[in-house]
Amino acid sequence: MRTFPVIREAALVLAHMPNLVRYGSKPFREVQQSNGELLARLRPRLRDYAAALAYLPNQVFLGNAAPEALKEADRPWYAKPVPEARRFGAFGEIMPEEEFYCLLRRADQFDLLWLREEFLRQAEPQLREHPLLAAAGAGEGAGGTKPKGRDLAAILAQIERGAAMPLEHGGEVVGCIRRAHEIDPSLWCEVLLENLATKASGALALRHLLQRLEVEPGAVSYLLSCSEEAVGDRYNRGGGNLAKAIAEEVGCVNASGSDVKAFCAGPVYALVHAAALVQAGVFENVVVVGGGSLAKLGMKCMGHLEKEMPILEDCLAAMAFWVGPDDGRSPRLRLDAVGKHNVSYGASPQGMLEALVVEPLRRHGLGLCDVDRYAVELHNPEITEPAGSGNVPRANYRMLAAIAAMRGEIERGDIDAFVARRGMVGFAPTQGHVPAAVPYVAHALPALREGRLRRAMFIAKGSLFLGRMTQLADGMSFILEAREEVA
Amino acid sequence: MLKGKKVIAIGERDGVPGPVIAELAAAAGAEVVYQTTECFV
Repeated sequence: MRTFPVIREAALVLAHMPNLVRYGSKPFREVQQSNGELLARLRPRLRDYAAALAYLPNQVFLGNAAPEALKEADRPWYAKPVPEARRFGAFGEIMPEEEFYCLLRRADQFDLLWLREEFLRQAEPQLREHPLLAAAGAGEGAGGTKPKGRDLAAILAQIERGAAMPLEHGGEVVGCIRRAHEIDPSLWCEVLLENLATKASGALALRHLLQRLEVEPGAVSYLLSCSEEAVGDRYNRGGGNLAKAIAEEVGCVNASGSDVKAFCAGPVYALVHAAALVQAGVFENVVVVGGGSLAKLGMKCMGHLEKEMPILEDCLAAMAFWVGPDDGRSPRLRLDAVGKHNVSYGASPQGMLEALVVEPLRRHGLGLCDVDRYAVELHNPEITEPAGSGNVPRANYRMLAAIAAMRGEIERGDIDAFVARRGMVGFAPTQGHVPAAVPYVAHALPALREGRLRRAMFIAKGSLFLGRMTQLADGMSFILEAREEVA
Repeated sequence: MLKGKKVIAIGERDGVPGPVIAELAAAAGAEVVYQTTECFV
C-alpha cells in the first residue's frame, strides 16, 4: 500500500480587534470619504470582547462546538450568546485586543508600533500570564529588549504630523503605528500594520500548534506561509517570506521558509506543496501557517450598519497545520487525488467544481457520494447575507449537489439531502484565505481518526481576476482520508 | 435584442463571470462598454 504524508495537527486562533476595524480596507476608505462621519456610526456598533467570545461561529472556529451546532441554532447568532463560552478552545484561542496590541509590539523589530507606558503596565502582565507567552523572552523575536512605553504627547505628535495612525482601546488613544518611509507607500503605516498583524497572528497560531503537538519550535524543518499580505518595499512589493519572519518570531531556529500565494486558494496550495515536500523527502516536516487579514476587517460593515447589526468582522483569524510523514495514526493527504483547475477549463462555477471535485474522484473510480464531507469556502453567512453577498458555502454545496444530480449519482429530489449530509454551515470569519475550506481540517482530523468520517474533501477557489492580470479564476482541492483500520 | 444598447457587465466569482455576460450581451447586439468580475468575499 502506497504511503502518503499526514496532517498531524491543526490550530486556529482569533484576535478580537474592534478598534482595528477602522483600518480594514473598506472602512478605511469610507471613513476618509465621509470625513469621519462613518467612524462615529461604526463605534457604537463594535462588539466588546464578551460578545465576540460568546458568538457561536467563533466558538465553532475555536473547536468548542461542532459545525453542526450552527445548523440547530436559530439566527441571529449574535443575539444568542453561548453560555459559558471559553477563550481557549480545542484548536486555539480568541485573544482580547489589549493583549494582541502587546503581541504586535513584541513582533515589531523596527520600533514601528508605539504603546503608551500606562497601557503597557496594565496589558503586558496579562500577556505574561498567557500559557504560551509566559516564558521570559517569548515573542520577543530577534528584536531583543523593546524600548519602554511612550508618553501620550509623543504619540500624538507622530499622529499630528501624519507620520503615524492612532491605535485605540477603551475609548482612548493607547498607541500608534508609524510609517517606515515618507515616500514609499509600501512602507506606510497602514501597510505595515497589515503586515505586522499577519505576522503576530500567524505566530500565535503556530505557538498553539506546537503546544498541541507537544513539540519544541526547534523541531520544525520548514514553514510555508499562505497569508494574504504583501510584505516588501517599493522595489519588491509582495517580496514576502513572512514564513521566515514567523519562524523566527516563534523560535523555530532550525527552520527556514517561504510563501505560497494563490489568493484565497493559497492555503490549499500550501498544504499540497507541504505534503509534496515531505513525500519527496526534501524536508522532514512542513508547517503551513496563515496569518490574519487586517484588510478584511469590517469589509461588510455598510450592510451591517444598514441592518442595525453589530459589526461582525472584528476578529483577525489565523491558522497553522503540521504536515509530516505517515505516523501510522493521522489522516492521510492523498497526493494522488489533488484537483486542479487548468487554464483551458474556463471560468464557470460548474466547470470549476467539475475540475476540482469530479475529476480527481473519477481518477480513482469514485463518485461524489464517496466523500462524506465537503469543505468549501466556509464564510459565515450571518456576515455575508446582510451585505447582499449571499450564503457562499450553501451556493457551492448546491452546485456540487446539482452536478451529482446531472451525473445521475443522486436523484434531483435528493439535492437538499446531499447538501445537508455532506455540507456544513459556514463558521469562519470573512478573512479571505482563512475561510477557504481548511478551518474544517481541525474538525475533520479527530473525526477521521475516530472513524466518524472516512473521507473529506477540501475545495478552495482564488479570484485571480481581482489583480487584473488575467480574467481567470483558480482553485485547488485535496482529500484527507481515514486509515484503513478505521475506514 | 440589445442592438443600440450599451452594457456594463458585472460578473461574480461564484456566479456568472463578467466575460461570459459580455459575450452574451455582444451576441445580442449590445456594445459592451465595461466588463468585470468581482469577488464579494
